[in-house]
Amino acid sequence: MELFTNQVLAGIATGAIYACMALAVVMIYQAIDHLNFAQGEMAMFSTFISWQLMQWGVPYWGAFVITLALSFVAGIAIERILFKPLAKAPVLTNVAGFIALFAIINSSAGLIWDFTIKQYPTPFGSSPFLGSQLISTHQAGMIGVTVLLLLGLYFFFQYTRIGLAMRAAASVPESARLVGINTSWMIALGWGMATAIGAIAGMLIAPVVFLEPNMMGGVLIYGFAAAVLGGLTSPFGAVVGGFLVGIFENLAGTYIPGVGNELKLPIALALIISVLVVKPAGLFGRQIVKRV
Amino acid sequence: MSAVEDVVTEAPAVEAVPKRAMTLGSGTSIVVLLLLIAVPLFAKNFVIFQLTQLLYLGLAVLALNILTGGSGQFSLGQSAFYGIGAYITAVMMEQFNIPYFLCLPVAGVLCFGVGFLFGQPALRLSGVYLALATFALATAMPQLLKLNFLEKWTGGVQGLVVTKPDAPFGLPMSQDMWLYYFTLVVVLAIYIFSVNLLRSRSGRAFMAIRDNEIAASAMGVNVALYKTLAFGVSAGITGVAGGLSAIAVQFVAPDSFTITLAIQLFLGMVVGGVGWLPGSIIGAAFIIFVPNIAEGISKGLSGAVFGVLLFLVIYLVPHGARQVAILGQQFAGRLRKN
Repeated sequence: MELFTNQVLAGIATGAIYACMALAVVMIYQAIDHLNFAQGEMAMFSTFISWQLMQWGVPYWGAFVITLALSFVAGIAIERILFKPLAKAPVLTNVAGFIALFAIINSSAGLIWDFTIKQYPTPFGSSPFLGSQLISTHQAGMIGVTVLLLLGLYFFFQYTRIGLAMRAAASVPESARLVGINTSWMIALGWGMATAIGAIAGMLIAPVVFLEPNMMGGVLIYGFAAAVLGGLTSPFGAVVGGFLVGIFENLAGTYIPGVGNELKLPIALALIISVLVVKPAGLFGRQIVKRV
Repeated sequence: MSAVEDVVTEAPAVEAVPKRAMTLGSGTSIVVLLLLIAVPLFAKNFVIFQLTQLLYLGLAVLALNILTGGSGQFSLGQSAFYGIGAYITAVMMEQFNIPYFLCLPVAGVLCFGVGFLFGQPALRLSGVYLALATFALATAMPQLLKLNFLEKWTGGVQGLVVTKPDAPFGLPMSQDMWLYYFTLVVVLAIYIFSVNLLRSRSGRAFMAIRDNEIAASAMGVNVALYKTLAFGVSAGITGVAGGLSAIAVQFVAPDSFTITLAIQLFLGMVVGGVGWLPGSIIGAAFIIFVPNIAEGISKGLSGAVFGVLLFLVIYLVPHGARQVAILGQQFAGRLRKN
């Protein structure tokens, strides 16, 4: 039982990383209806910017705020310049565009900051949290920030005018346009917010996985899996999905014989698919009824 | 959260391509075929090897095209079927000394089986959910190939070396050239099979499902059967492509069949034009040659250059090479009128 609780705790700790990423994935999915494969790379680039600012002597929270603002603007710029012209192109062409963006960002980050692994500071410290060896204060802080972020988003979407407009633009664009919502800018805004959330995720994850251009590869896969498991239409589901994936992964590694680190990911994914076969829209996703 | 149900009339994810627009006219086909036969006679062995690579990767892109362009399903797991095909061929050739031309059909049939079975649970999923499921298969495959109890046959992490076959009947040909023509014959046979498949009753069923699944089932199309069938056919063809690659590269290792390969095949399909079978070979050319070109332009930024080139292609021709072909046809038509 001791082992079990410990593994669950450790799973929650890694799950916080996935939850952050999944939240960013769901945000952009809400705004543009696609999975953005370049999301992880965008988060990585934002994290590098904050690192660079700190190298220049900006204090942590200053760098944090500046990076958020820059990421927000960059997200909007990417949508306006690169993806708006593709709005009418087939879906699969858009996906190819995400892959192109992935390659561009990854390779530029490698050129600017090179591929050596860098330390990234944490504002929460890394001593054991409440005497537990498995969760550090940083990880506890991460869980806290994720929950705060989720609450913030909930209030934004439920109780602000612009949040309502964004939801309207995403679910029924034609009607939204008719009542005077600028749907095209709502999409850009979605990109900006998703990029900023990605930046937060990146800055929280970097102290754990260390900073380098490929740091997001693994995390993004888990983030996608978590988002899909929780239901792509639900930010709350994404966060729950993140924690579940973290716990799944740890328990599979501990209790299924012959599963080393290598097979953890396939097993976690297999479990997620079994869940999806039973609930095709994810655990908390909206059922969409189709009409001919 | 409560299950809010809203009614959505969704546009199909894959645009409807009429089946006539899926192939080349007979005149163009003959010119392309003659070119494919003649070029190796004037080329060096390395170029012939690259052309062989072009053919079998084109075949793998074609397989994905049947699945996505034909039946509207999306797969990121093609690398897994490709890997299975390559491994079956390599193991049969090296461990059991079976001649290579017998290995390919076995690889095809077994991959068809795997694809068909995998299609069963994937039936309930669509869109990104299906993408995730196939993606899981792709990430699991390299690990499964490394498993200990298979090591006797697969050679574990180190992989297997495959001997390149000689030209039969004492033909005066280099190994590379023989393999090229052998690959060409296999690819042509499968291409003709695919074109006919898409024109058949089954092909019409695939397309009906692609365009509107609910309407198709209302018309009496057995949706479950045809969806899994499309998966099976696509996996089978991919398996043959993988087998050909094993013979041509003379080597199989688990890490050649990662998700990167599946992404490349996907890019090949988009660049070639989703649903346009001849475009597969153009897409394959893109994924083989453009990374080299990018490396030539800038070593450090090769990834970025590749991305920019890819962006250029999808801006100029969002529908891929098919769009170029249609424009060319219209232009030729206008010339003829004048």
